[in-house]
Amino acid sequence: MLAFLIRRLFGMAVVLAVMSFVVFMLIGLMPGDPIDIMIASNPDLTPADGERLKRLHGLDLPLWERYANWLGGVFTGDLGFSRTYNRPVLEILLPRLGNTVILLGLSSIVAILVAIPLGVIAATRPQSKLDGAINLFCFAGISVPPFWLALLFIMIFAVALGWLPAGGMGAADAGFFARLEFLVLPVVTLTIASLAGYTRFARAAMIEVLRQDYIRTARAKGLGPRRTVFGHGLRNAMLPLTTIIALDFGTLFSGALITETMFGYLGMGKLIYDSILGNDFNLALVGLLLATLVVLIGNFLADIAYAALDPRISFRALEAA
Amino acid sequence: MAADTQGGTSAGRSMFWQRFRRNRPAMLSAAALVLIALAALLAPAFEAVLGVDATRVDLFNQYAAPDGSHWLGTDEAGRDVLVRLLYGGRISLLVGLVAALGAATIGTAVGLLAGYYGGRLDTLLMRSTDGFIALPLLPLLIILAAVDLAKVGVPPDIANSELASLYRIIFIIALVGWTTVARLVRAGTLSVRTREFVRAAEAMGARPATIMLRHILPNIVSPIIVATTLSIGTVILLESVLSFLGLGIQPPIPSWGNMLTNAQELATRAPALAVWPGVVIFVTVMAFNFLGDGLQDALDPRATRR
Repeated sequence: MLAFLIRRLFGMAVVLAVMSFVVFMLIGLMPGDPIDIMIASNPDLTPADGERLKRLHGLDLPLWERYANWLGGVFTGDLGFSRTYNRPVLEILLPRLGNTVILLGLSSIVAILVAIPLGVIAATRPQSKLDGAINLFCFAGISVPPFWLALLFIMIFAVALGWLPAGGMGAADAGFFARLEFLVLPVVTLTIASLAGYTRFARAAMIEVLRQDYIRTARAKGLGPRRTVFGHGLRNAMLPLTTIIALDFGTLFSGALITETMFGYLGMGKLIYDSILGNDFNLALVGLLLATLVVLIGNFLADIAYAALDPRISFRALEAA
Repeated sequence: MAADTQGGTSAGRSMFWQRFRRNRPAMLSAAALVLIALAALLAPAFEAVLGVDATRVDLFNQYAAPDGSHWLGTDEAGRDVLVRLLYGGRISLLVGLVAALGAATIGTAVGLLAGYYGGRLDTLLMRSTDGFIALPLLPLLIILAAVDLAKVGVPPDIANSELASLYRIIFIIALVGWTTVARLVRAGTLSVRTREFVRAAEAMGARPATIMLRHILPNIVSPIIVATTLSIGTVILLESVLSFLGLGIQPPIPSWGNMLTNAQELATRAPALAVWPGVVIFVTVMAFNFLGDGLQDALDPRATRR
């Protein structure tokens, strides 16, 4: 167990290190550096001031040296300042991270809770009209552009019907339930694509499982169809689904970026998008790394769930994998 | 998933065709895609026949309702929506096809190398692939889309050309989209590598490149075709969201995504402008997904999915 944990933590550290290097280099290749932007927006600064500021902040150094300095800062707990907010980046990121985790968590839960029954229904009635309808829904779900779906939802439920707010978060001091109405459309938008994907996998996994000998045995000993499916089938069908869900966290975060931007939901995705466009490089870099960390932790939790669901798989087996 | 070696023979081909023809959604999708592609190619003909111009701004005719010459009305600049959709379709389909092929090429190379050589190279390549799959790709794509082309050493005449955004988006989507194909090709390579004809070629002293490209690759084409078809849909979705966010195809070149950029502000004034581009993206992507699914069923008879 300990060896498994250490191995996984090491793997995460490697991914984060590679990611930070690549993103740092890419950001260095983006147009305009922070001081140029500062000079452009402040007429009192002369080009000589600019040179001095660049030297002061180490921006005259080559990229790799700047990366080394940044990395040194990280190890002493200094993740840098945000240019737009003039505050340490973590102070801005952490509340946003909370909002995104709420959005992602709710969407995952809804997607799983809806996908499994849908998949089971479709798998137990293959070729039926219902199966066909669920299949069509799945294809629609993975094919619809998420930002357009958000746009349609806003046009229908906020503008035309006026049932739900078109965006925003609600008052910060309002309770969770008062803010719930602001979550409905973002969560539904974000859920659709993963829901469709999960349902297809749940159906395929369930069909595969229902063909196994132990299912026939369970039926032969007189177990009812319902108890066979849920008691013997579902748990085994869940295993492949866990892997799919684990691999989906990255996609889910990409979806959160779109959803948050469309609904003005103050989460990490929108923050990263805004900070890339607003040349707030430090914030973008740390935000992206934090998002990657969240995704990696999600993967890790899914692995644990995999082991918990399948008694045959011990952590020893995961270590070998 | 190993392709039948008879896939290239005429018997294999007719079996494929028989199976594919029975799949109604896939056949419908293929027909829809042919229609969409034809309409996009014939965009200038539509312009001529309807007497409209996709690029002419006409501020006296903003938000016109559909009529005889403007079948879908006009947009916020008085341009014909239908013809712009057709020109946008050229771009979106082009990006979809080329970027998906590019990604498939990268993925095939990675998968062949990992599967054929095995060992450390395999571990390195597949660990990277796994790490890559887990990443949140959209923020990365946004950064790649914002990189200053001049700073990467792209010659200024290309960096400043009107088509720069087109080349860039094809390049960056291919750069991140190769993982599925890489895994499939590696799995296929592993299963084919030990077959007798590969052993025979090795014994006769064929070079590794020859073995990989002439002996292994032809036997694992089916999963590559399926994955690539499915990824065209994903690529079109990615292109549309990046263009929608203002980071993909740059106006005045229309794409289905950037036609929706202003739609959010116009949602109350001209909802139709927000509907049409989305509908064509939706239909096209869905058609590619059904087509890929149908190809999979027809190419892989052992997968008794239904």
